[in-house]
Amino acid sequence: MYRALFARDVFAELDRMQREMQEAFDLSPSIRGLGRGGFPALNVGGTPQSVEIYAFAPGLDPAAMEVNLDRGLLTIAGERTVDLPSGENDKAAVHINERFGGHFRRVVSLADDVDPNTVSADYRDGVLHIHVKRHQSAQPRRITVQ
Amino acid sequence: MSDTTAITKNEHASRTDAATRNEAGQRSDAALMPPVDVIEDSAGITLRADLPGVPKEKLKLQVEAGTLTIEGEVSIAMPEGMEATYAEVSVPRFRRVFTLSKELDTGKVSAEFKHGVLSLRIPKAEHAQPRRIDIKVS
Repeated sequence: MYRALFARDVFAELDRMQREMQEAFDLSPSIRGLGRGGFPALNVGGTPQSVEIYAFAPGLDPAAMEVNLDRGLLTIAGERTVDLPSGENDKAAVHINERFGGHFRRVVSLADDVDPNTVSADYRDGVLHIHVKRHQSAQPRRITVQ
Repeated sequence: MSDTTAITKNEHASRTDAATRNEAGQRSDAALMPPVDVIEDSAGITLRADLPGVPKEKLKLQVEAGTLTIEGEVSIAMPEGMEATYAEVSVPRFRRVFTLSKELDTGKVSAEFKHGVLSLRIPKAEHAQPRRIDIKVS
């Protein structure tokens, strides 16, 4: 907590200021809090057949991650331990501490047309990729005229 | 007198030239700044950086003239025809530059990269490590 009182890195501080400015001017925050700036960062995309969610969560144990899909709500939760030297070890000094540490949870509400039975997730290079297929009935179909 | 002015002018001209070139270069390849932790102990410095989505072969580490550059390109498998609907990571590149101090031994840097986290260990040069000096009492 005291670290916040001291300038650590000018760019990190600017980054934080910019983020706070963005949050202050965001007039329609989500009901689950301010979307941006949380851990892990999320990118969402889609194809006519599926919805793709990418969570940028480096340095996690894939087994300890929790991914749930309940009533159209996708939850990504877990804990990241950042091993910084503790107070007893007075020989080590922390000069920069920007990486996230602790529990995290992010929730995304998905479109109605996704099929909750077809979720798959993989973790590669620190990115969790969640792939959800859309219902067959919701997929675009070409209708042949007879 | 006039000679000096000319030299200063030349210097100034070349400096602005370099500055514009640098600016143009940055504009064409914008990059995100990865969050880092830097811990120093008596034997050296440990740096950890979050570079999610960067495969090992797209990570570039460079130590040159007292600066350490970390650069990585994000490469994620995406299904064909995917349209992004929301993006918090908007630039597929990370870059960060650090100035190293003299007592660090840049020849002995070791790096490890796992699950998108880079761990760098930069030891201090032998002569810069703390030594306990024995005092002899005669």
